[in-house]
Amino acid sequence: MTMITAIDVCKSYGILQVLKDINLDVARGEVVCIIGPSGSGKTTLLRCMNQLEKINSGSLWVNGSLTGYRIIGERLLPLDEHEIARQRRSTGMVFQRFNLFSHLTAQQNVALGPVEVLRQSPKVAAQNALELLERVGLAHKAGAYPSELSGGQQQRVAIARALAMKPDVLLFDEPTSALDPELVAEVLKVMKEVAQTGITMIVATHELNFAREVSHRVVFMADGRIVEVGPPEQILGDPREPRLKRFLGAIGSKDAGAKHEARAVLLSGSSA
Amino acid sequence: MAVETLNEPRIGIPAATLPRLNVATATKIRRLRPLRLIQVVLAVAFLAFITNAFARAAIDWSVVREYLFASTTFIGLGFTILMTIVAMTLGLMVAVLLAVGFGSTNFVIRWMSKSYVWLFRGTPQLLQLLLWYNLALVFPLVGMPGVGYRSTVELITPFVAAAIGLGLNSGAYMSEIIRAGLLSVDVGQYEAAKAIGMTRGKTLRKVIFPQAMRVIIPPLGNEFIGMTKNTSLASVVGFGELIFVMQSIYFYNFKVIEMLMVSAFWYLALTSILSVGQFYLETRFGRGFKDGRQK
Repeated sequence: MTMITAIDVCKSYGILQVLKDINLDVARGEVVCIIGPSGSGKTTLLRCMNQLEKINSGSLWVNGSLTGYRIIGERLLPLDEHEIARQRRSTGMVFQRFNLFSHLTAQQNVALGPVEVLRQSPKVAAQNALELLERVGLAHKAGAYPSELSGGQQQRVAIARALAMKPDVLLFDEPTSALDPELVAEVLKVMKEVAQTGITMIVATHELNFAREVSHRVVFMADGRIVEVGPPEQILGDPREPRLKRFLGAIGSKDAGAKHEARAVLLSGSSA
Repeated sequence: MAVETLNEPRIGIPAATLPRLNVATATKIRRLRPLRLIQVVLAVAFLAFITNAFARAAIDWSVVREYLFASTTFIGLGFTILMTIVAMTLGLMVAVLLAVGFGSTNFVIRWMSKSYVWLFRGTPQLLQLLLWYNLALVFPLVGMPGVGYRSTVELITPFVAAAIGLGLNSGAYMSEIIRAGLLSVDVGQYEAAKAIGMTRGKTLRKVIFPQAMRVIIPPLGNEFIGMTKNTSLASVVGFGELIFVMQSIYFYNFKVIEMLMVSAFWYLALTSILSVGQFYLETRFGRGFKDGRQK
């Protein structure tokens, strides 16, 4: 049973083509990590999946329905705003910069969608929100505003907010890239726990260890294309494509990378 | 340039030679500020001069006192307050519709919103008031086929002309304030709201406007205070607000300055109250923004 199917998906901004013939199948319950250099189209692919961006050609299916259109016989009717909003409910999104609603407390952030979109009673939604915050380890911060939370805490609230909508698939757009190094672990831990519940997850990330441990498959993207797909052991341990080898060479092997970086710092330091 | 290692001081002052001091406990010398003293003296002198001038001027303060709390004054004041509230409410409704219209995906709505602002911002407010008041000269009857018609003269009372004239005009100005407020909210907030399945209307009401208010309120407070005083324009179409009442009085008792002093007092009182209200609104909508920026 497939949850997300992309067939020949293309997306461009003006003359800049950011997605080129993307073909991808994600099964129900599967956890897929998308890795690749910045500008490779990871984020855009995720944004197309929940229709923050419109694809230019191909077709993109989420949980059996074509995104953005209704099929009438041989023809397509573009969905209106309300129908798109309805379709988006099947995908939850966690953003790189958290995007918590800054005028609402953590609990209100989580409860807003259920009350306004799912028409839950405010009381029930508040109770559910508290339980979700408990799951991400932040029940004690229920009354805190986003500005009073650390980046890691904000991102955990954002995960709870996405979960509150009971989506079929969760999309993570580089969820730890905007975090201080010491806060990354707490977010990854929560994501790992969420993955273990069996929900479908697609995670654009630079955290190769997370990809290795948690994902069923890893997708490597570069220059708007999917270059290589496979199980994490193979992609990260035995890459075939030269582009992927180069990418892993640049960021992958931690020790070599660290030494390389240290050398770079020394060099730039002495020349200054 | 020589490469230095970073853990050695560049210049050699041994720490032991520095005096042992604590800025918290050491006795401090008071700085003299001779300029400040001069400023105070000048300000007091100026105030004394003004007070003296007004006390000796040809103003009959007993008349001012007499009319300050007269019932006719309160009637005019009441109508000023009423008109401020009515025109401001109308203006705000127009402004919000326009600001939302600017961001509409429908180009007809966008174009209409822009044209409205162009028209109402491009002509004097006084002119607009007079046009509304004299609407009957252009359209003697107003109404709809099948519903019935009414005489425009009956319909456009001074109150209606002033409310429409002031409201529609201020709406054009305030729409830009609201638009600025909407622009001030991070685009990520729109996206996060979309991502949980909210429509544009709901996003604006539940996510964007509550955050935009923080930016909107200070200039809107300005507009409110401006409107309080702009209602005086309505006196030209015969609406009985404060200035109109004061003028009516000095037309028969010739105490022009006295009456104007009375109205000045009450305008100041009104705008002072509004300033306080603005302060509380800003505190209310500043929730979640405790980052040390100036509120």
